[in-house]
Amino acid sequence: MAEATVGSPAVAVGVPHEAPARPDFEIVPLRGLPFVGAALVGLIIAIAGNWLWALDFFHIVGGALWTAIDLFVGLVVGPILGRLSIQARVEFMKQFMPKMLLIMPTLVIMTLTSGWQLARHLSVLAAPYPQHWWVNASFIVVGVMSVIALGVLEPANVAVLFELKKPRPNGALIGTLMRRFIYTAGITGLMQVATLVIMTRIATW
Amino acid sequence: MVAGEGAHDGTGTVERRLPPIAETAVLSMALIIIAGIYLASHLPQTPPLAPAVGLLVVSGALLIWNAVTLSRLRDFAWDTFRLVGRWTLLAYAIIAGLLEYVFVVDGVRGGTLVVISLSLLVYAVDIPTIIAFTVARYQPADSR
Repeated sequence: MAEATVGSPAVAVGVPHEAPARPDFEIVPLRGLPFVGAALVGLIIAIAGNWLWALDFFHIVGGALWTAIDLFVGLVVGPILGRLSIQARVEFMKQFMPKMLLIMPTLVIMTLTSGWQLARHLSVLAAPYPQHWWVNASFIVVGVMSVIALGVLEPANVAVLFELKKPRPNGALIGTLMRRFIYTAGITGLMQVATLVIMTRIATW
Repeated sequence: MVAGEGAHDGTGTVERRLPPIAETAVLSMALIIIAGIYLASHLPQTPPLAPAVGLLVVSGALLIWNAVTLSRLRDFAWDTFRLVGRWTLLAYAIIAGLLEYVFVVDGVRGGTLVVISLSLLVYAVDIPTIIAFTVARYQPADSR
């Protein structure tokens, strides 16, 4: 859920108070909505049909993309962005963040709902203790990531996009919001590593 | 990004102090998530509901406090708040509805389903509040 993981501490500090005027752009890319709708309809069909293969598909595809995007954006894209010019960073953010607003929530809901159904199907939810602690740990990791992503990352993401919509964006404000991304993205990155450990552990009971 | 930070000066953003709406909504959401973890860790057995109900009541009280505090706000970017809030509410209502559907399909019934449903309701209102308030606080205020 690191939809806002762009930049680095150096980025935020270096943003000037007054950025130049920006052309218009879509905060939510409407062309992507049919794909989101299709994914959600497919997910509902998989849950209603209770098809193990389809649930596995949604969980593996969604979870792999969610984890990989979080790690890649946080550890690879972020540092690269930190070395770009402010103009280049802003241009990247305008293209990147709106897409992440659609992609990440879709991947998260795909992964969590299909994962829950899969766990029920495979009797993982009914596992005895001490194995059940691994299941509880996965809930806690997802819970912490949800609070961070929904309480900090996503609001900051949307606020930055609205600021960039202004004729004269406030560079200092964008810098402040970006700094929050960076710290919280680091935490979600660590949580994703924990997710990988927990999920591989559960899969090999 | 949650509130507390004063507003910014400069381009079109009026400097003003606002109540901790976003922090309160994050706290409310966190309590709901804790309740959800508690319930999920017990399913498919029927869990003792008292802890989850307690968390839900506190979370709901925070939500109501937020609504009352918001309704008293003046000099605020209400147009932006409503614009962002409307669409995020739609998005998270769909997500909450999907989660509710999963629990119903799984045969969760009775008190557990009621607590889960109310928790999802609070969750679906908290997130739009956080996002809409966070965006609107940095926009120029309009008249209500």
